[in-house]
Amino acid sequence: MTEQQDTGNGVILETENIFLSFGGVKAIRGVSFDILKGEVRAIIGPNGAGKTSMLNCINGFYHPQEGTITYKGEKRKQMRPHAAAAQGIARTFQNVALFRGMTTLDNIMTGRLLKMKGSFLGEAFSFLTEACYVGPARKKEMEHREYAEYIIDFLEIQQIRKTPVGRLPYGLQKRVELGRALAAEPDLLLLDEPMAGMNVEEKEDMSRFVLDVNDEFGTTIALIEHDMGVVMDISDRVVVLDHGEKIGDGTPDEVRDNQDVIDAYLGVSHD
Amino acid sequence: MPESVVFFAEVVVGGLMAGVMYSLVALGFVLIFKASGVFNFAQGVLALFAALTLVGIMTGTVPLLLTEYEFLAMPAAVAILLTAAVMIGLAYLIEFSVLRRLVNQEPIILFMATIGLAFVLEGVGDTLWGSNVKVLDIGIPNGNFEIGGMLLREFDLFAAATAAVLVIVLAVVFQKTKVGRALRAVADDHQAALSVGIPLKTIWIIVWSVSGFVALVAGIMWGTKSGVQFSLSLIALKALPVLILGGFTSVPGAILGGLIIGVGEKLAEVYIGPFIGGAIENWFAYMIALVFLFFRPQGLFGEKIIERV
Repeated sequence: MTEQQDTGNGVILETENIFLSFGGVKAIRGVSFDILKGEVRAIIGPNGAGKTSMLNCINGFYHPQEGTITYKGEKRKQMRPHAAAAQGIARTFQNVALFRGMTTLDNIMTGRLLKMKGSFLGEAFSFLTEACYVGPARKKEMEHREYAEYIIDFLEIQQIRKTPVGRLPYGLQKRVELGRALAAEPDLLLLDEPMAGMNVEEKEDMSRFVLDVNDEFGTTIALIEHDMGVVMDISDRVVVLDHGEKIGDGTPDEVRDNQDVIDAYLGVSHD
Repeated sequence: MPESVVFFAEVVVGGLMAGVMYSLVALGFVLIFKASGVFNFAQGVLALFAALTLVGIMTGTVPLLLTEYEFLAMPAAVAILLTAAVMIGLAYLIEFSVLRRLVNQEPIILFMATIGLAFVLEGVGDTLWGSNVKVLDIGIPNGNFEIGGMLLREFDLFAAATAAVLVIVLAVVFQKTKVGRALRAVADDHQAALSVGIPLKTIWIIVWSVSGFVALVAGIMWGTKSGVQFSLSLIALKALPVLILGGFTSVPGAILGGLIIGVGEKLAEVYIGPFIGGAIENWFAYMIALVFLFFRPQGLFGEKIIERV
């Protein structure tokens, strides 16, 4: 809450009246909320509330039928995921989407692809030097490698740098996934249940990393989480979804006392 | 050297050379498999299509009409460049008309799509360039010479050198460059690849272009060796055991796999063949592959399959 004031009230992302449906299923029904620069914004709600769908709209996997998303002051309706990534939106997934055949280091390096010079097609020219792995290309690679190592230190995963991620325990995989997202130096980081399936200790670690990222890199974070204790601890503001609608929005304390939210979680029937 | 040793060496070298030809085809499969996790059934047809186009351009044939004009005939080098351009255009077309519509689908669906593609492409090749067997000669030396009593063909050496260059370039590109890392990322997980900002579309066009080019090289070699004919698309099936041996994801594996199959086949044909009536060559490769599957399903160089239960 204090951070909110620190960073002023610059809005980094605003969704207005988003509607999203798949055939007859209405996943999101008129949701509006904003994310302020530098805050940790939690999105909570029971299963099927439309939280992940919301994240998917933000990073361009889904295109809402109605409503607008304004990112960094620019309205957009349709955006492809790689374009969203290019504009500084990185994310992790509910069920860990890592490049399983690659090592931890390679996964994190993949996160830096966008930071590497040039578009894929424009690369045609630099391709030869790069193919030979000499000259400027080599120097570039070293710089990116350095940043990747920095992330690895930051997340305390030095000992698994060279391990193929498919072999890692779940908790560590989640951490590598966070590392890959961070490697892109994002402005907005979307975390889809970063602590799902973790034990208490792992959750504490992850909470600490989320807060550290927010502090040290100044990254704005939007996260979906089910563990209320964690949510109340680490987030500045919380938005609550239920059945595709927004039923609460505010500081953790405000949300906790909101009757609609309590009903949604205790399962009061919808009329 | 005693004659039997020379003979053995000759068989081995012959096998190696045949293996190089298999490897060239297998390479195309590996490329697409690496970048999309899809077994591209159309690879053999791509090679056929490339060879047909090349012959067509070299002889100045007008597509569809099938009449040859002397003044349209191009020298080999120009024709190869033009054919490469056609293969890149084809990659665009395939991305636009097929792949784009199947993002995030199961590999088996993409596999089915490539089967469809194979037959469509074969039909188109037939319509455009006619179905007669064509001679392809781009001036690859075709003499024989002798080393230590062994008779070698210049063409075989040329094919081997070409394959070696191709493999070195491809291996470096895949291991060391940004494009290579992006390709591996796409192969592993479409969604995650998109989220780190890899444009799937571009990657697919690059991959299909490159494998179109590899198909062109394979088409040239096979076309020169045995004429450009529609059975060329069936050499794709010979690439299967090669892939099982070398691993579907490894460029060097495709080469080594091809060599092992080539040599194994020839040795079996010559030394075991006479005892069981010959014609081992046709099925021996598949048997090696089958035995190999029992012990090392990921192939010699394939990425280890790790599955969390």
